[in-house]
Amino acid sequence: MEAVGPNPFLFVGAVLFVCGVVCMTTKRNGIGVLMGVELVLNGASLNFVTFSRFTPLGLDGQVFSLFVIVLAAAEAAVALAIALNFYNNHLTIDVDRGDELHG
Amino acid sequence: MSVETLLFWLFAILTCGGAISVAVSESVVRMAFSLVLCLGSVAVMFLLLGADFVGATQLMVYVGGTVVLLVFGIMLTATGPFTKIKSSGADAILSGLVGVIFLFIVSTTVTAVRWDDVSQRVAVGAHQKAASHGFNPEQQGNTTRPLGLSFLSIRADRDLKLSAGGDANGVASLSSGYLLPFEIVSIHLLVVLVGASYLARAKRRAATSQ
Amino acid sequence: MGHVHRSYLANFRQQRHKIVSGQSAERMMDTLLAANSLAEFLQTQTIPVCGCPIDATTAMVLAAIVHVALVGAWFGLPAGLFIWAERKVSARIQDRLGPTRTGGRFGWLQSLADGVKLIQKEDLVPADADGLMFRLAPYIVVVASFAAYMVLPFSDGWSALGLDVGLFLAFAILSLEVLGVILAGYSSGSKWALFGAIRESAQMVSYEIPMAICALCPIVTAGTLNLTEVAQLQGGGVWNWNILHPFNFFAFFVYFTCATASCKRAPFDLAEAESELVAGFLTEYSGMRWSFFFLAEYASMFLVSGLATVLFLGGWDDGFGVLGVVKANAGSFVANALGLVIFLKKASLLVCVQIWVRWTLPRLRIDQVMTTCLKYLIPIACVLFAGAVAYPLALAKMSGKTSIMGGPSGGRIAQPSRVGAESVRLPGVAAAERSGR
Repeated sequence: MEAVGPNPFLFVGAVLFVCGVVCMTTKRNGIGVLMGVELVLNGASLNFVTFSRFTPLGLDGQVFSLFVIVLAAAEAAVALAIALNFYNNHLTIDVDRGDELHG
Repeated sequence: MSVETLLFWLFAILTCGGAISVAVSESVVRMAFSLVLCLGSVAVMFLLLGADFVGATQLMVYVGGTVVLLVFGIMLTATGPFTKIKSSGADAILSGLVGVIFLFIVSTTVTAVRWDDVSQRVAVGAHQKAASHGFNPEQQGNTTRPLGLSFLSIRADRDLKLSAGGDANGVASLSSGYLLPFEIVSIHLLVVLVGASYLARAKRRAATSQ
Repeated sequence: MGHVHRSYLANFRQQRHKIVSGQSAERMMDTLLAANSLAEFLQTQTIPVCGCPIDATTAMVLAAIVHVALVGAWFGLPAGLFIWAERKVSARIQDRLGPTRTGGRFGWLQSLADGVKLIQKEDLVPADADGLMFRLAPYIVVVASFAAYMVLPFSDGWSALGLDVGLFLAFAILSLEVLGVILAGYSSGSKWALFGAIRESAQMVSYEIPMAICALCPIVTAGTLNLTEVAQLQGGGVWNWNILHPFNFFAFFVYFTCATASCKRAPFDLAEAESELVAGFLTEYSGMRWSFFFLAEYASMFLVSGLATVLFLGGWDDGFGVLGVVKANAGSFVANALGLVIFLKKASLLVCVQIWVRWTLPRLRIDQVMTTCLKYLIPIACVLFAGAVAYPLALAKMSGKTSIMGGPSGGRIAQPSRVGAESVRLPGVAAAERSGR
């Protein structure tokens, strides 16, 4: 769009990325950490689509976004399976309790 | 202030608000539904950027699939006393500070590049026009056919503009599409889902507590 | 974004009083019909109070409000009508009469009376419920169901958005209903609601897969995801309809079964069955919030029936060429209005079939529901899809055509096929493109 340039979209992508990182580092709930991962991936794919629209990157940006979405779904499935196993073994989803390998 | 700007600002505020709410809120169920709001607004922003297919995929796969999966995970794991697991106050302040500094670094880096020069070189929806010629009237966001063709390794946005002459040897080279990554991702999905189902199968719960 | 050619004549009378002074009605009518979209028409008008012209942004916002109101009307009216139809049809199946008093002999106003009753009920939120989420859940379901009406073509060119990813976007938005159901069940603070919600969401999510695969069979035949074009390619006669294709024929029935299941209708209605789990995820809902869920359910029923009509039964086409004759003699607006009536009749017929099935077949258990989906419908859908893809190839090998009739089905119409396509661009973009960027 001529009205809105790439910078606002990139800023929104940056906010998503940063919120995802903060979420990953501060949440004690394992599922919360997963949500942080989803936010990071979304920030990146928003950047890809922005560049697809405003630079000669073209269709490649959208294809990358599609792959990111698909792979993130696959990764969420596996991560959730791991979280369920963690819950079954520790009877809590608090990731701070997973300290058996602590030195 | 045109309609596109209005719509962009509305959904940008929803996206950022949802993301900040995910990072800040304590109840994991509220986090999940703030994530729905955030990802749904990102899908709308994809639609505003003329990426119709990607926006629809985002809604279907991410919001209608991944977030539902996360919510099922929450239902199965965060029952009763585990719904709200609080971080300590010092952690929250420190992480907020780090987040703000990180955001400052990233956004100043990104906005320091003069994107205007690059944008000037791209006509609006050029790749969409070339690929859709003759089948559909040109329209912003008309990306389904070019994307589908690129997954069959036909790069309609590049190869349709080939001049008749080709390169020095008279051979017109076609750019490779995304057929191989597409097939790899398909098999990858199959393997991952089989693996995840196996990992998450019902087992007897551990008898002892932590 | 697209535009809507929809009962401008009805809007015209209100607009004339509000907007224009000193302009003759005939000239305004010409401007109205000549303008390619409501936004452009509004830009040529002036606000009577201050005499200042309406700028582009305000015109688009006003046009958007009008379009949303129209789509909202088409979302709410069928729902109200089908609630009445359900009561009458179920009554007749059960050898009784149904509503016969409110609004005349046939109880036409029964839906309205029910609505009034529900509005005046007490606003209950259980003490254990998560207040914000409990109040939010009905709206998520309604919005998901309502937004998918954007891409449904009621007649030739009469859809709110003529998107090239129309069907995909419709399914993507319909998949958001699951979140509303889970939220409703979880936030009710009741274990019956939670169990019902988990079962219900598992059912809805599972049935989306064979529904989408079966809906892809006519898409493969048509070659486009744009619903308007899919229906246009079936025009001209009943032999062009997608259902007369060997694989699409079975795909229609499988699609209809999956659509019934994803709308939580019997025989797949574990969630809201009166005798199971109290009322499933709706247990704690009463009054207007409860009615929102049912509004969304009936609207979804009409939506998936409308999609089945467009994909399989020819959309607004009457099957005998009458529309073409009307178009040649009386103009395209009248032909489109007739097409609208035909589309509504076909979709309503399918909704009545859904109502009929509900009151005829016994309910399935949840394990039977999941078995049907995962063990039977998904393999059947995959086989049908493989067949639909292989069929034109086999035909091409054998006889050099891609369809038996040799008509538009399977062939691509390489021409601008959308009404007013040249006006699709937003004003700022059109100017920039004309300047050659």
